[in-house]
Amino acid sequence: MGDLIQIVVAKYNYWIYITLMMIGLYAMIVKNNLVKKIVGMNIFQTAIILFYVSTGAKRGATIPILEHGHGEHGAGAHMIHAVDYINPLPHVLMLTAIVVAVATLGVALALAIRVYNRYDTLEEDEILAQIREK
Amino acid sequence: MKIIGLIIALSTGVLLISATGDFPGWADPASPASTHLSPHFIEKTMEETSVPNIVTAVLADYRGYDTMYETAVIFTAGLACFILLRIFVREEPEDRLYRHVLTGVTVRVKEGAKLPPSDDFERIDATWTPPDLIIKTICRFLIPFIQLFALYVIAHGHHSPGGGFQGGVILGASIILLAISQDLRTSVRRMREKLDAVLCAVGVIIYAGTGALCLLLGLNFLDYSALASVLHCDPVTARSHGILIVEIGVGIAVMCTMIWIYNNVSSTGKYDEGL
Repeated sequence: MGDLIQIVVAKYNYWIYITLMMIGLYAMIVKNNLVKKIVGMNIFQTAIILFYVSTGAKRGATIPILEHGHGEHGAGAHMIHAVDYINPLPHVLMLTAIVVAVATLGVALALAIRVYNRYDTLEEDEILAQIREK
Repeated sequence: MKIIGLIIALSTGVLLISATGDFPGWADPASPASTHLSPHFIEKTMEETSVPNIVTAVLADYRGYDTMYETAVIFTAGLACFILLRIFVREEPEDRLYRHVLTGVTVRVKEGAKLPPSDDFERIDATWTPPDLIIKTICRFLIPFIQLFALYVIAHGHHSPGGGFQGGVILGASIILLAISQDLRTSVRRMREKLDAVLCAVGVIIYAGTGALCLLLGLNFLDYSALASVLHCDPVTARSHGILIVEIGVGIAVMCTMIWIYNNVSSTGKYDEGL
């Protein structure tokens, strides 16, 4: 029983992200409405962002901004230990990923608007039926 | 289709969850992600770039190429929205409506007729509704402070959480707030479409130009220590200043892309009253 709780405590974050990711994947595959597919894509991206940020976490560490960073920097003013600060790399990667997610959302919505103007619907099966008729 | 999708999602989920057995535990200091490259960033950033915020230093200096192309990607996204949606030639309605701002009188102008040249009139659509007074006033008060905060976030990115991407998004949000609280024409009058598009490209050019300047000064592309001779400071401080220049470029590009995407998507490329 104790082992099980240990596993759950150590790994539950991944399970949450995988659940979120699969909700997004399911929405992208199954949903008929194009906007719902786009929402699914966004949920998927959010899950990946959460996953990356969580890999940067360290127990007992603080945010990756050096303390006493102001003023006299240089030789031996303050020793910096890597264990005191969380991993900055995932934060950097996800910082850009968030903005790119917004950009892809914008392009996806623009495409959806064009599709709506052309076919007067956002339901995938109705669009496909209209394409087959031609 | 639903069942197939459910099977795919469930089987992928089970596969991934079974793979988490090999993953490091939550917040494990000895996890592979935290033991190879990141200790170098954490311990050497201060002496190599003199920037206390490691995220900013890694973003704009160690991974400068990545961020430059990321900026190019969002510029391309803005351009794609513009090309997909923008409508220049469209059938004008026969009668155009103009509203006199001071008195609230609406004038209907027949086709071919012209309005007396005056700045007091604003173009409105037939579906125009007056913006709510409370929302309008609150937004007027808030927007300057939002923009001031955005400038702080960009300028103070070296010492606190922040930087070009975050500050740029806040700046863009302040203009979008104006468009939501009043209408799109008001915000476009403040931030013209041409200016927006040109600034969007200027942001990317500032970034790439800083890199090219380093190249011209005899060091590698985006190696900001080359700027030391231009800025009259030591190479480590020059890296810090180079990061700031690049962050300003990113901020401009992100701000304008957000506004550009919003304007095009919310008015489906017509640039009328929007939402």
